Amino acid sequence: MTAQHTQAIHVRGLEKSYGDLRVLRGVDFTVARGGIFALLGSNGAGKTTVVKILSTLLRADAGTAVVNGFDVATQAAKVRESISLTGQFAAVDEILTGRENLVLVARLRHLRNPGTIADDLLRRFSLTEAGGRRVATYSGGMRRRLDIAMSLIGDPPVIVLDEPTTGLDPQARIEVWQAVRELAEQGTTVLLTTQYLDEAEHLADRIAILHQGRIIVNGTLAELKRLLPPATVEYVEKQPTLEEVFLSLVGDGGSGSGSGTNTTPATTSAPARTSKEHP
Amino acid sequence: MSTHLLGDTAVLLGRSLRHVTRSVDTIITTAITPIMMLLLFVYVFGGAIETGTASYVNYLLPGILLITVASGIAYTAFRLFTDMQSGIFERFQSMPIARSSVLWAHVLTSLAANLISLAVVVLAALLMGFRSGAGVAAWLAVTGILVLFTLALTWLAVIAGLSAKTMEGASAFSYPLIFLPFISSAFVPTATMPGPVRAFAEHQPVTSIVNAIRALYTEQPVGTDIWTALAWCAGTLVVAYLLAMNAYRRRTA
Repeated sequence: MTAQHTQAIHVRGLEKSYGDLRVLRGVDFTVARGGIFALLGSNGAGKTTVVKILSTLLRADAGTAVVNGFDVATQAAKVRESISLTGQFAAVDEILTGRENLVLVARLRHLRNPGTIADDLLRRFSLTEAGGRRVATYSGGMRRRLDIAMSLIGDPPVIVLDEPTTGLDPQARIEVWQAVRELAEQGTTVLLTTQYLDEAEHLADRIAILHQGRIIVNGTLAELKRLLPPATVEYVEKQPTLEEVFLSLVGDGGSGSGSGTNTTPATTSAPARTSKEHP
Repeated sequence: MSTHLLGDTAVLLGRSLRHVTRSVDTIITTAITPIMMLLLFVYVFGGAIETGTASYVNYLLPGILLITVASGIAYTAFRLFTDMQSGIFERFQSMPIARSSVLWAHVLTSLAANLISLAVVVLAALLMGFRSGAGVAAWLAVTGILVLFTLALTWLAVIAGLSAKTMEGASAFSYPLIFLPFISSAFVPTATMPGPVRAFAEHQPVTSIVNAIRALYTEQPVGTDIWTALAWCAGTLVVAYLLAMNAYRRRTA
């Protein structure tokens, strides 16, 4: 109990099988309050299974999971008040408008002034104009932002984002990253699952790698990098990534470089110093 | 948790009723097939069918009403299946709400949508010459039977919606239900059917329900048919409800 109060999520010896398939074989990790924790793994590693157990959608075969001090098995109702899930597919109602989606969730969380809450969130996620339109007309990025906005209603202390940027275009991805950072700045604990290594690198304070049903490493990015032989310095020509080219051509994108007209970013002209890790 | 059951159900009911009102075509489609059947059987085949009653539309309407419900509940399974697929079902499940309110909202929406479709079909029948001298009590009794029948079939639809793997599977279960009235007293008197078919027709639920509604409309004594009808409806309702709840729990195990 004592240590668990300082932790947002505490998972010990979690096991889950689907028939003969042992998806989780004893998962242990803790997430401190505040900050962003990334659970990294390839497809089928068991990330979504962990998320579903934490959000009381699935029961574990063995082990314990405690969210915000409440056990998922014995205090499920309390856990549901503490955690908010943004699943792999934007869980929005396509037939309702964006605003109606937000009002719906606010009313289901038994909050006062659901209309005001909805309007505030629409503004915060730049959806005010789209708020009166049916979600079926939204782009992937708008859906995802609405989805995350719906998860924030009621200010749950823990937010779980299950592969929040899968299937999004680069701009939408940056929008989502921005939203996640703002969440963490306001003190919300964010558990993020992803299969994109750069996403974990960009966002997370701590990273755990889930592989074959177990957490094989868990630490900060710097700690993880230290697991490999020290980096050596090499000179390589820094080519712009296709993502940088794309974002500079279509303008905007938040990276700040390139205004859209400049199709040859300065980085191509001079060789830049980057570090490259030896295997 | 259960303290919120009514409030949460009301909120979610408002949501799925909006789905119905924003796709009015589902109500129209539900009503159109039975109305086409009414037209076909009254104006094409009806002349050749000997029912022993003066007006074939009067004879036919009860069976058509059951077909209306059987095709209407396919949309219930469809809406539930869509919720499961889209992830919004999981969102509701992970929120601090009364869990069964998610299902109840779908069930009550199904009831509301089917009652509207039924009213449209009855209106069409009235235009085609359906007449009944039944009083308020008899109409209420007919409505009561249809509500019970709709609830029973709706819970079957919930099982289908919860356990289906594909969109087609979610609605295909309703086909046998739509077909069942054909082998009953709904279209022709069972006395004209050969032995085994007749035995099936006379002992399947649709015949007793159709006979009870028909008796109420024609101001005849309902006899034992109404008790058989109510027993079928209530029995199906209880079994389907328990199976649906079981399927619901398995989804979250």
